[in-house]
Amino acid sequence: MQIFLPIAEVSVNAFTLLGIGGMVGVLSGMFGVGGGFLITPLLFFVGIPPAVAVATSANQIVASSVSGVLAHLKRKTVDLKMGMVLLGGGLVGSAIGIQIFNMLKAMGQVDLLVTLCYVVFLGIIGFLMLIESIRAIKRARGRPAGRPERKKHLWVHTLPFKMKFRASGLYISAIPPIAVGVFVGMLGAVMGVGGGFIMVPAMIYILGMPTKVVIGTSLFQIIFTAGFTTMLHAYTNHTVDVLLAFLLLFGGVIGAQIGTQIGLRLKAEQLRIMLALLVLLVCLKLGVDLLITPKELYSLGV
Amino acid sequence: MMHRLIALLALFLLPLTAQAEQVVAALSQTRVSVNANFDGSEILVFGAIKREVAIPENSPLDVVITVAGPEQVETIRRKDRRFGIWINVEAQVIGHTPTFYSVATTRPLQDILPPLTDSLWKITADKRILPGMRGLPAREALIRLRENDDLYRTREGEVSLIEDTLFDTSIALPSNIVEGTYTTRIFLIRDGNVIDSYGTSINVQKVGIERWLYNLAYQNALIYGIMALAIAGIFGWGASQVFRLIRR
Repeated sequence: MQIFLPIAEVSVNAFTLLGIGGMVGVLSGMFGVGGGFLITPLLFFVGIPPAVAVATSANQIVASSVSGVLAHLKRKTVDLKMGMVLLGGGLVGSAIGIQIFNMLKAMGQVDLLVTLCYVVFLGIIGFLMLIESIRAIKRARGRPAGRPERKKHLWVHTLPFKMKFRASGLYISAIPPIAVGVFVGMLGAVMGVGGGFIMVPAMIYILGMPTKVVIGTSLFQIIFTAGFTTMLHAYTNHTVDVLLAFLLLFGGVIGAQIGTQIGLRLKAEQLRIMLALLVLLVCLKLGVDLLITPKELYSLGV
Repeated sequence: MMHRLIALLALFLLPLTAQAEQVVAALSQTRVSVNANFDGSEILVFGAIKREVAIPENSPLDVVITVAGPEQVETIRRKDRRFGIWINVEAQVIGHTPTFYSVATTRPLQDILPPLTDSLWKITADKRILPGMRGLPAREALIRLRENDDLYRTREGEVSLIEDTLFDTSIALPSNIVEGTYTTRIFLIRDGNVIDSYGTSINVQKVGIERWLYNLAYQNALIYGIMALAIAGIFGWGASQVFRLIRR
């Protein structure tokens, strides 16, 4: 069934879009990532103009995150206080990100920036996560389970403005979460992603939050940063396609629920290793595209 | 004085009286509505050749039909390798070009249309699209890109001509259509000359929900954004409710 998208101004098969939404939704629920880092490239692939793909992804991320966060709230695996702090930084970051996006759009370098961001961040994070997860699995095999982990004293614990985050069992400075929020918000606006794939590892490795609450908290703050990004794109660029978003999120919200169930049955290390491999795969694909000689050197529009 | 006036008058009248064959044509639709399930549109162009004299023998008659989409100013970018990766290095704003251009003919163009006539009437894409910039890489790339997307097309032999009198062809408008006025031209060609031409237009417009959403997005961006978020929120919430019920 073909459907004509009013803002993207292309005719696309509705089931393709539902499928993309569903698939990404499953990942979103499993890993607590918005799935934007997959949806945006997939939309490019089916012929949606990049600017529309980036803006509309943000909108679809709102829906899948709402759906995911409600499932996590039930299980009390959301640190609302941490979420709010991250969010404060995230909104500032989004606003900065949109400015950068529009500036580069005028220069014709949006594609490059987006792709480079993907390659660099996906590459670093995927690699770090993979190494860490493999090490964790090896450790778990080597020793009997159930041994309490000793609290590590990270450098973030030495900063001022300490706050108590009960759900995470942390007493740390508010500066690192805010900084993480700003950074992720910025990337989100530029890349059309919620930033979960950066947020999740940052929460685990920089903030030292327990994996249990990381996904729910990440989803919680993504709702708002993605929402803010959607609003800014809709207002300044008119590139949010509601019909496209509707089809994606229809598939996405269903997928997210399924994904959450799968995620609850898997071990944290397994989840991390799978996410790491997925991230590296996308990174590799995008990186190769930058290096090989394109078939057509010229491109129109944007 | 009088002689010269008559001569001048004759000069003006001559083409009219000499025009023994005229084209009369119509389109199956002059308005295309782009709604949610729009997937391209076929437009039938048909017509007849009106004559006051007998069909001239020994010189074949040909019909060429062109459809040009609304014009746009395009930015064309060139990629080059910098620091080992391929990036856009050059941007060129290229003047008004139609977003769609289709040429349909009765026979191969090279047999019926001498370059001079082609240039005069701007019939083929090569003569119609920025002919002044011919040879410029950006212009050639634009034509190549649009040809690859099947937005610029040449369909030789697609116009059927019956008894040198009745003709018809169908033009397929693409699914990724641009709104605006599509100009249709019909040329009668004999002995390499255009003996008559006829022009008409097709109006392509979004309708219904497409129109409404498009207008809202551009005119009331704030409301549109809020609506987009509301839909997302409601769906996210709705899905989790539905799944809770299912699981129970």
